[in-house]
Amino acid sequence: MSTLVIAEHDNSSLNIATLNSVAAAQAIGGDIDILVVGESCQDAAAQAAKVAGINKVLVADNGAYANLLAENVAPLIAEVGASYSHILATSTSMAKNIIPRAAALLDVQPISDISAVISADTFKRPIYAGNVIATVQSSDAIKVMTVRGTAFDAAPADGGSASIEAVASAHNPGISTFVGEEVAVSDRPELTAAEIVISGGRGMGNGENFEMLYSIADKLGAAVGASRAAVDAGFVPNDMQVGQTGKIVAPDLYVAVGISGAIQHLAGMKDSKVIVAINKDEEAPIFSVADYGLVADLFVAIPEFDASL
Amino acid sequence: MKVLVAVKRVVDYNVKVRPKSDMTDVDLANVKMSINPFCEIAVEEAVRLKEKGVATEIIAISVGPQQSQEQLRTALALGADRAILVSTDEVLEPLAIAKCLKAVCDAESPDLILMGKQAIDGDNNQTGQMLAALTGFGQATFASEITIDGDKITVIREVDGGLQTVALNLPAIVTADLRLNEPRYASLPNIMKAKKKQLDTSTPADLGVDVAPRVKMLGVELPAERQAGIKVADVAELVDKLKNEAKVIS
Ligand SMILES: Cc1cc2nc3c(=O)[nH]c(=O)nc-3n(C[C@H](O)[C@H](O)[C@H](O)COP(=O)(O)OP(=O)(O)OC[C@H]3O[C@@H](n4cnc5c(N)ncnc54)[C@H](O)[C@@H]3O)c2cc1C
Ligand SMILES: Nc1ncnc2c1ncn2[C@@H]1O[C@H](COP(=O)(O)O)[C@@H](O)[C@H]1O
Repeated sequence: MSTLVIAEHDNSSLNIATLNSVAAAQAIGGDIDILVVGESCQDAAAQAAKVAGINKVLVADNGAYANLLAENVAPLIAEVGASYSHILATSTSMAKNIIPRAAALLDVQPISDISAVISADTFKRPIYAGNVIATVQSSDAIKVMTVRGTAFDAAPADGGSASIEAVASAHNPGISTFVGEEVAVSDRPELTAAEIVISGGRGMGNGENFEMLYSIADKLGAAVGASRAAVDAGFVPNDMQVGQTGKIVAPDLYVAVGISGAIQHLAGMKDSKVIVAINKDEEAPIFSVADYGLVADLFVAIPEFDASL
Repeated sequence: MKVLVAVKRVVDYNVKVRPKSDMTDVDLANVKMSINPFCEIAVEEAVRLKEKGVATEIIAISVGPQQSQEQLRTALALGADRAILVSTDEVLEPLAIAKCLKAVCDAESPDLILMGKQAIDGDNNQTGQMLAALTGFGQATFASEITIDGDKITVIREVDGGLQTVALNLPAIVTADLRLNEPRYASLPNIMKAKKKQLDTSTPADLGVDVAPRVKMLGVELPAERQAGIKVADVAELVDKLKNEAKVIS
């Protein structure tokens, strides 16, 4: 048995999300290799080689992989992954985009978002917005899966000294090109990695009012998230959406402000350790998952909360 | 330009799904079924392309039980020109569904295939990407804006870091995210008209697709219940609890 973990990285450094998949691979057992795909990604590969318990790091460093276009990367994963029993990647937007394409090239039915490993072929995963957890067994020769990051504690980032091998093949069918990106820059921690998340919903009223949450977040070292309604209304950008179809978070503390608690929102945060809800409607469903509920007008409570920190 | 739109019949998004009493699967008896919300967005986008004169024909397709005709009729009422049902009583996996869709693509040669990013039943988020692999077409998943210019499509995608723009040669596959558009409601006259539109039926066997499952559902369970919490009286009590009881802030 051997697992190929697809690294999440920005060429210069390895993203911690990779370590959640390494942990899932350890739960499966067998050798673990990491595949680093990118352009000028040697630094990320060097970091991957330091992860404890890694057998070898494969590096596909090529201009064809500069922006991780699915059309170019999926054939590489299918080619390199063909000799493994398992291929894993943490459920980031990159993995969700590429992994199913690679699986289809291998004629495999992939398994999305596993939350537990029962055995080498049996896994758990949430379905129906996390209202139900399914146990599924794969009969495919290669198990291709994405891993729910919040369900596996990150494996240690160092202590290892894996060998690094170059993968020469470059795939580029020439059917897609990268045009550009608009990346949100923030000094706050990344939403999916933060220990504290404070999220605002439609109740925030507008984008400017989110400044109140940023101020608290900066005091607590927290990330700021949002409900879909807040994103749809244009208060904040899409990358802040928490939920079934946004980001899945499970911080030590999640503070929901002016969020009603629709099942699609709960799907993205109900595994948080401690949940606080601040909402003026005492009937709001968010209170059913909150450890501490405060029925109050957020425009009074939030400034008070900020002042008391 | 010919546009194919894939729609799935799923549990309505307002339904809180429960396991069957024997815990073998979820209980879908007598629950409200609808068109998957992301598929509705895909249909809307196709209709807008037709209104702009970019699309000339919209074909809605669904793979599923006979009752999926209801969702196809909805797509027809929203503006699709005709529909295809690949009828099966088995619960198919995304790989098998993608193979059925591939067979229909081969027969219909669409220039653009619009799909949802995710079906809210299995939350798989796979079918579009897999169809793209099988057809060899380019893919733009999680689309929030599309622009068609000749034989190229430019798509803004919602990604973890923000927004990414890619350009693809047509034919291509685009999967809709929530912000691509806001779907309209079907008008009564259009619902009536939809009843007369062409709806063809075939089966996976007709298409020569092997739908044998690869992943077996062994059972389902409810997620861990959260302990009931408390209501705090004011901000001071909240801060005190967070500092001294939960110890999550200092
Ligand atoms: C296919 C699909 C996918 C979806 N995916 C997601 C997802 O990933 N994430 C997500 O979040 N949603 C998602 N949704 C949307 C979801 O169903 C809800 O519509 C959404 O979560 C509601 O956001 P909200 O709680 O901010 O808004 P509302 O439901 O409008 O709630 C606003 C809350 O603010 C409170 N409030 C208002 N003013 C104040 C005030 N001054 N002080 C205190 N409280 C106040 C109100 O009492 C209310 O409870 C999805 C829906 C669909 C159909
Ligand atoms: N049975 C089906 N029939 C038609 N389209 C489907 C079917 N299953 C999935 N799709 C399409 O693929 C998208 C993603 O579904 P999934 O991969 O199951 O999350 C859906 O929004 C549909 O557009």
